[in-house]
Amino acid sequence: MTTADYDQASLPDLLPLYYRRLFPFSQYHRWLNYGGVTKNYFQNREFSFTLKDDIYVRYQSFSTQNELEKEMQKMNPYKIDIGAVYSHRPNQHNTVKSGSFQALEKELVFDIDMTDYDDVRSCCSGADICPKCWTLMTIAIRILDRALRDDFGFRHCLWVYSGRRGVHCWVCDEAARKLSVVARSAVAEYLSLVKGGDETVRKVVLSDPIHPFITESLTVVERYFSQYALLGQDILGSKEAVDKVLALLPEDILFLCYFQTEKNPEMRWDTLRSMAQDKRTTAKKGHYFEMEIMLQYCYPRLDVNVSKGVNHLLKSPFSVHPKTGRISVPIDLRELDRFDPFEVPTISLICEELDQPKTEEEQEDTMENENKKEAGERRKMRDYKRTSLAKYVKLFDNFLEGMAHSRKGEVLKNSQKHFPPPECQNETFDRPMYQCL
Amino acid sequence: TKYGSERKRKKLIGNSQTEQLYGHCLQFYGQPPIENISLSEFETFAVDRLKLLKTVENLGVSYVKTSELYTKKLDAEFSNLNFPYKIEQHQDISLEVKKRRKDHISHFILRLAYCQTEDLRRWFIQQEIDLFRYRFNHLPSKNIREFLQYNNLHYHTISIDKKKNLMDKLVTSSFAVSGSTVDCQDFYKVPFQDALDLVRTRKVYLNGGYVYIPHQDIVTIVLNDFRTRLSKALALTARSLPAVQSDERLQPLLNHLSHAYVGQDYSIQKSIGKISLEQIDPLSAKSYPLCMRQLHRGLRDSHHLRHGGRMQYGLFLKGIGLTLDQALQFWRSEFVKGKVDADKFDKAYAYSIRHMFGKEGKRTDYTPYSCMKVILSNPPSQGDQHGCPFRHSDPELLKQKLQSYKVSPSGISQILELVKGMHYQLACQKYFELTHSVRTDSGFSLNHPNQYFMESQKLLGGPGAGVKVEVKREDNPATKPPNPSPHQTPGPGNLPQEVAAEITEDLDSFFQDA
Repeated sequence: MTTADYDQASLPDLLPLYYRRLFPFSQYHRWLNYGGVTKNYFQNREFSFTLKDDIYVRYQSFSTQNELEKEMQKMNPYKIDIGAVYSHRPNQHNTVKSGSFQALEKELVFDIDMTDYDDVRSCCSGADICPKCWTLMTIAIRILDRALRDDFGFRHCLWVYSGRRGVHCWVCDEAARKLSVVARSAVAEYLSLVKGGDETVRKVVLSDPIHPFITESLTVVERYFSQYALLGQDILGSKEAVDKVLALLPEDILFLCYFQTEKNPEMRWDTLRSMAQDKRTTAKKGHYFEMEIMLQYCYPRLDVNVSKGVNHLLKSPFSVHPKTGRISVPIDLRELDRFDPFEVPTISLICEELDQPKTEEEQEDTMENENKKEAGERRKMRDYKRTSLAKYVKLFDNFLEGMAHSRKGEVLKNSQKHFPPPECQNETFDRPMYQCL
Repeated sequence: TKYGSERKRKKLIGNSQTEQLYGHCLQFYGQPPIENISLSEFETFAVDRLKLLKTVENLGVSYVKTSELYTKKLDAEFSNLNFPYKIEQHQDISLEVKKRRKDHISHFILRLAYCQTEDLRRWFIQQEIDLFRYRFNHLPSKNIREFLQYNNLHYHTISIDKKKNLMDKLVTSSFAVSGSTVDCQDFYKVPFQDALDLVRTRKVYLNGGYVYIPHQDIVTIVLNDFRTRLSKALALTARSLPAVQSDERLQPLLNHLSHAYVGQDYSIQKSIGKISLEQIDPLSAKSYPLCMRQLHRGLRDSHHLRHGGRMQYGLFLKGIGLTLDQALQFWRSEFVKGKVDADKFDKAYAYSIRHMFGKEGKRTDYTPYSCMKVILSNPPSQGDQHGCPFRHSDPELLKQKLQSYKVSPSGISQILELVKGMHYQLACQKYFELTHSVRTDSGFSLNHPNQYFMESQKLLGGPGAGVKVEVKREDNPATKPPNPSPHQTPGPGNLPQEVAAEITEDLDSFFQDA
């Protein structure tokens, strides 16, 4: 009900409306400008547009927010991708001596795609998703966000719904943006536990010692495993499903016998676990196959290639997904378990909402803001505020506030004459407003 | 000589400077040398370091790097070539300083030679890293601390309390860290960007963007730092290279170094005329290295080879003992089967074959290409047959080719592993071992296609075995055909001007194609 019927054919009509009255240009520019700390950071950023009829244009760049707006309103792109900050303006790259035009910085990004889990989900496959398998994304976000924060010390991670079947993460810390290709690949490898393609049966292999990262990740998986895997995906239900699980076990685990006598999936799993624990105490090496199973069925699968490249282009937040019409909105990690991809507003919905009369509440709000901004800005603010897009823009605002706060903290720190030794430096300056669990 | 972007200034090296530069056994090579040295010391230093690096490469693939055998052999090489490697209690400090000076200067000379292409840089960095790692690991801990301090690597250690708190995490993060490691060793807090290898493989405790590393592992960090510095420095060096190359004394020497190998050049053969043309086909199957086998096959199949292939194969044939007349006959008979008639052959191709034998033009006797030259210069493009198959062929095609030559599957895997590690000459050596059913000892270091041929013929008792002539090109620039004397050794400063000019011309021939 909350999503008006979306039809891809109506995009040519909806996009102009979206870009003229709803797209949060001010926040978008604020983000990519990063406080204006580095000269030409926004100007040297590459954007790419996919236009109607699949026409693809790269190396777009803009001098100001206004220029960006005008261009987007003129071209009405179906898709927008964000690339790297280059050494020169991307739209002038042909004038630069070959070899000098280099990608310098970009956010560290991750792309989690549901199709990469096809071998372990029974409810859907391919581009389809449903509330049952969406839990995989929840698990992925929790595990990766924790690791990026606690292990790597990154504080500004923007999680975004891709619009169809996955999520993206944009790590915006300065240190992250400056990472080299090698460093990005190392981070991605650290976060990878599920390895192998179609020919690999056992995709997770654990051995002593179990690294704290794995322990932490397992803690997250365990919270969801029973509900998601045992009940939702029914991985120990049918003989077919059990066979798949058995394929991951060493041959001498005689689980099949129990399969006949015990029908309750949670009981079956408990039995499996205790068999694993028994084996561990008797055998010389650690046998972690019950952990391996949990991880193979639930642990995030990331595409290292997306994260590695400094010049890699990734779908922009707030761009539309042409096939579903859904807007790529930020995800609120405080409400992660309640996030429903099917409730994410579509472009048709929010365009429709634009025409609806304002409620009283909104009228009060706008009168307050009348005094603060110029007419055009006012109207724009009013516009998205009365659509379902509002809460997502607010989320984005919080995220940007958090980064601005950090930048202030950095300036203060640098102006101090005496640095406290590294031991004592706890994160006292920054209170991320965009919080996560 | 002065080089790089350093201005040509004379500077007296006082004791204080020596103390500063050479006060430590190991260095990051941050500062270029700024003294005068003679041309011959320049060359000797560079060649010796090249030998050292090649030894590092060979030993590194043949032996486990922590094994006793590896250590013994590498130490022996350090000793022979007079490079510093360990700190002894009562050593003569002036001898040690000499070694360190040689180490310092030779490194910078090789930078000039190895900065020019991606391949050269990669090779150089890899060997220098292995060399550095070896020497660092043999430093006593007191010297390690000094080294870190001296080089501004301010990696802070964490307090004992903090260590206690983190004990569990530290022990479960790394196989190598036990409770006693945590108790007994200092742990350093290092930004994760400086320890990417440990992060990538998840072999370390990572928290808040820092990894916690025991003292015993600090070498990895230091190595990363070294690699980064060297990489940047090489890029910078490459930019100032045109200025250096314009110095005519240095240009031929530097070019020579980056293509040099250490061994015979096969320009003189005692087995001239001992091979008949009918023997070439069977010889190509039995004793040719893969590159030449491929070229020969290509020639037989299409009755033609392009220029790069003609040079590589033609010079090889000269090296195995074909006379000029035989060569002319060989090429003509093959080309004529193709699209070239006898007349055209005589007009267009015969000249270049005579040129190869030194009978035309500059009348310089060209030398057959070494492995280095084949691997590093003139990569083949579509339609070419030359180059080194281990370097230039697609691994799948290489595998198929080896299968067709009946190399065992396990042998093929070993070869492909070596190729993956970019050890092309060692891959060829493995190919030699497999096709001859022998094991070569560590003294056999494959550097030249003609060496391959000769060794093979020796094993098989064939006509191409010839007699080894010790003509070491680098050390004996003064010895040129027609009459080589096997026992000439260079001394410092015995390079008169005329000889220098000869070297220039001779080395130029490496790069001129007919």
